[in-house]
Amino acid sequence: MAEGFADTPRFRLIDAPPLARFVLRAPEAARKAAGKAYGLALPEMLNRGASIGERGKPGARVALHLGPDEWWLIVPEAEGPEVFGALEKALAAHPHSLVEISHRQVGYVLEGEGAASLLNAGCPLDLSETAFPPGMATRSLFHRVGLMIWRMAPATFRLEIDRSLAPYFVASLAESARDHN
Amino acid sequence: MLLIRCPYCGMDRPEIEFRHAGAAHITRPGPPDRVSDEEWAAFLYLRDNPKGRVAERWRHVHGCGRFFNAVRDTVTDVFVATYKAGEARPPETGPGESQPMEARP
Repeated sequence: MAEGFADTPRFRLIDAPPLARFVLRAPEAARKAAGKAYGLALPEMLNRGASIGERGKPGARVALHLGPDEWWLIVPEAEGPEVFGALEKALAAHPHSLVEISHRQVGYVLEGEGAASLLNAGCPLDLSETAFPPGMATRSLFHRVGLMIWRMAPATFRLEIDRSLAPYFVASLAESARDHN
Repeated sequence: MLLIRCPYCGMDRPEIEFRHAGAAHITRPGPPDRVSDEEWAAFLYLRDNPKGRVAERWRHVHGCGRFFNAVRDTVTDVFVATYKAGEARPPETGPGESQPMEARP
């Protein structure tokens, strides 16, 4: 459970464990090589996420395709340096930028049958399952805060918010949660 | 809510995720040392302000982050078309007179 948010039977907000995060900007030609070194194929389709393993556990890998040439790579904190080295080596022949952003943002998991409806209190996206099916990942807004939303399962959303804006986000989400009940 | 189609994401997204970025298809004149002050001033400042369809740059800033071009009607605020940066303005989008609301696509 995240600090400042009262969980209810309809939705829970959980802090993500310590994670290492990277932004990879690279052309499509580098995608396969990067996926091979990373241990998880980088999604080809824009606004899609892929993952293997369990969040925060050794070997877990997340790849989110958020811009035409932009992927976010999220791994357990301890494996960050190793992943960074492997990617740099594999991408040596491709023009690219690989930047660590581990501490730029914080992660949450919002889950429960009311999760989509609660997110829609501040997020203007159509979060119905036909428009935003599981597997979809994109940046958007929650009120004034930019955030990344990745739908892992019909009622499970993985969120990433800039660190300095996280208190505002949790407080406004908690406010909306009170209105929901 | 006004929905804008992002040509990169390929989906309709809420207007609040986008930012307007000025007129589209403005060609930068040649090397500044060989361009007259008048030409340079026109490049920097002089823009058309038509009533009707205009080509504009927009950016999906709270989404994929890309700049793209859009043809928008300044009277009805209808987005006639959006297309990727670097592509030519679709010929069917004008230049044209403003369309009445009931005739919009």
